[in-house]
Amino acid sequence: MSAMEHGEPAEPAAPAEPAEPAAPASPAKPARRGRGGPRSKTMIGLYLAAPYVVYLIIVYAVPIIQGFRISVLDYVYAAPGASVPQPFVGLKNYREALSDPLLRRSFLNILEFLAINVPLTVILGMTLAAVLAKLSRMKTFFRSAFFVPYVTASIAVIGVWYFLFSQGGLMDHVLGSWAPNPSWLVNSKLAMVVIALEVTWKQLGFYVLLYLAGVLLIPDSLYEAASIDGAGPVRQFRAITMPALRNITILVTTLALIVGANLFAEPYLLTGGGGPNGATMSPALLIYQKGVEQGEPGVGAAIGILLTLFILLVAGAGAGARRLVQAREAA
Amino acid sequence: MRSGQYGRTLRRLTTYGFVTLGALASIFPLYYMVVGSLQLRADSAFSGLIPKAGNLGLQNYRDVNRAISLLPSLGNSAIFTLGTVVLTIVVGLPAGYALARLRFPGKPAVAGGLILVLVLPFQVLMIPLYILAVRDYGLADNYLGMILPFAVNPAAVLIFRQFFISLPDELFDAAHIDGAGEVRTLLLVAAPLTKPAILTATVITFIGPWNEFLWPFLITKKHSMQPLAVSLGEYVSTNAATAANPYGVILAGACVLAVPVIALFLVAQRYFTSAALGSGVKE
Repeated sequence: MSAMEHGEPAEPAAPAEPAEPAAPASPAKPARRGRGGPRSKTMIGLYLAAPYVVYLIIVYAVPIIQGFRISVLDYVYAAPGASVPQPFVGLKNYREALSDPLLRRSFLNILEFLAINVPLTVILGMTLAAVLAKLSRMKTFFRSAFFVPYVTASIAVIGVWYFLFSQGGLMDHVLGSWAPNPSWLVNSKLAMVVIALEVTWKQLGFYVLLYLAGVLLIPDSLYEAASIDGAGPVRQFRAITMPALRNITILVTTLALIVGANLFAEPYLLTGGGGPNGATMSPALLIYQKGVEQGEPGVGAAIGILLTLFILLVAGAGAGARRLVQAREAA
Repeated sequence: MRSGQYGRTLRRLTTYGFVTLGALASIFPLYYMVVGSLQLRADSAFSGLIPKAGNLGLQNYRDVNRAISLLPSLGNSAIFTLGTVVLTIVVGLPAGYALARLRFPGKPAVAGGLILVLVLPFQVLMIPLYILAVRDYGLADNYLGMILPFAVNPAAVLIFRQFFISLPDELFDAAHIDGAGEVRTLLLVAAPLTKPAILTATVITFIGPWNEFLWPFLITKKHSMQPLAVSLGEYVSTNAATAANPYGVILAGACVLAVPVIALFLVAQRYFTSAALGSGVKE
C-alpha cells in the first residue's frame, strides 16, 4: 500500500499523501482486500463503513461544495436564523482576492519557505538517517531526541523562538555586534527565514524517520559490493543511498508545500500577524483575516480555492521537472 | 592493520559526533524552554543558559495560572483530544475493517475519499466549515464543534486498514467455517488482535488536537471553553506585554502544554516511531 500514515493528523490538510490509490499491495503479500469469504455479505461492509461515510460527507463534501458557493456570493454573516440576501456576484471575490498584493506576497512567501525548508530537510534528513542506520548503540535515544520537537505543540515552540529571537535575546548575544538591525522578527528580510528555520527544526525528526525507513530497506549486499569495488562511504552514499531515497524526497517536498501554505500560528503570533509588512503573511492567515476578521467570507473562500490551484500548480511543476530530469538521465 | 583500526575509530567518532550534535540542536530549545520558565527575571545572556540559584522559582507558573487558569484549559484540551481519539477508534476501526476485508457497494469511492481527505489543504475548508459549524450546526463554543473536523483521523483509518490487510486469511476462513458472521468475526477474531493498531492510532491521533491552534481558536470565543494551546496563544498575542516577565510566563505555559505530549511520547515511543517508519516503508 502507499500508506504514508503520516503522523500529523492535526489538520486534515497536513497529512498529505501523494495519492496512489491504485498502488499494488506490498509485493510480498498479494492483494487480499475485498475478500469476504464464500458467504461474503455485501451489506455488512456498507454498514460498518457508513458512519465514516457520513463523516466524510458532513465534514468534507458539504463544506467543499459550500466553499465554491460562498466564493461566488456576496456572503454576509448574519445572526443564526436571520435571512439576509446573499446576491450572486460571479467572479468578483476572485478579482478582489487577486488584486490584493498581500495574496501575491503570501504565495511568494510559500516559495521562500520551500527554498529554505526543502534543501535543509532533505540534506539533514538523509544524512542523519544514513548515520542513524549505522549506529550500534543508543539508537532509540537518538531517534527519540530527533522526534521530540515533532510532537511538541507549535504554540510551545513559538514561545521559545520568541525568547531566542527577540531583540536582545540569546541569538543576539551569540552574534554580538553582528546581531541584525532591525531585529530578527521585525526585519522584513529575516522574519520569514526565522519561521522557516523553526518549522524545519520542528519537523526534521519526522522526516529523519521517513528516510530511515527507506535506508533500512536498502539491501546490505549493495554496500558490500560497492565497498569491494573500492567505493568509500561518501561515494556509497551518493551512488546507493541517495537514489534509493528519491521517492521519500518527493514526499518531503510535497508535505513542505502543504505545511508552508498552512502556516498560521507562526506568522500570527511570532511576527504579529504576518508582519513586518506582509513579509511572513501566509495564505491560511490571509484567509482568516479576510474571511473572519474583516467579514468577507466570499473573498476568504475564493482565496482557499485559488490556493488549492496554486498548490496543484507547484506540485505539478515539480513533477514535470522531475520527469524532465529523469528523461535526461535516461538518455 | 593499525591504520585501518585508526580509520574505523575515527569514522565511528565522526558518526557519533555528528548525531550527538544533531540531538543537542534538537533538544536545546526544549531545554531552554524549561530554563526560561524558571527564571524570575528573564536572562537571555549566555550565562542564563545555566540556571542560577538566585533567579529561580515557580513565579511564572503562578502568573500564567492567574492569567489563563491552567486546569480548566487543560481539561478542555483533554476533552477535545480524548473525544477525537474515541471517535477515531469507534468510527475508523470498522471502516478500516470494511475497507480491508469486505466487499460492498461504493467501496472504491470510500477508499478514494479517504486518500483525498489526506491531501486536501485545510484552507479550502476553513471558511465554509467555520460558517457551517458556527451558523448551520450551531457549534460555536462547543466541544463537538471543536472535535468535528478532527473526529476521524484519516491517518488512523489507514493504519486500521493496513492492519486488517496484514492479518492472515486463514484466521477469517476458520471463523467463517465455524459459522461466525462478519460482525462476530470482527468482534471476536479481529478486534482482540488490534491492540497494537489501536495504540498506534491513539498516539498519532492524540498529538493532533492537543497541539492544534487554528481550528479551536476559530470556533471558541469563550475563554472557559478554550483548550490550553488556544488560551496560551491568545495570551501571547494580547496580554503578554503587560506581564513583568512576559517570556517567563509564556514559557511556563509552553512547558505545561508540552509536558503531557512529551511524556506520552516517551512512554509510547515505539508506537510513534513504528507509525512514522511504517509510513515511509512502502511508498
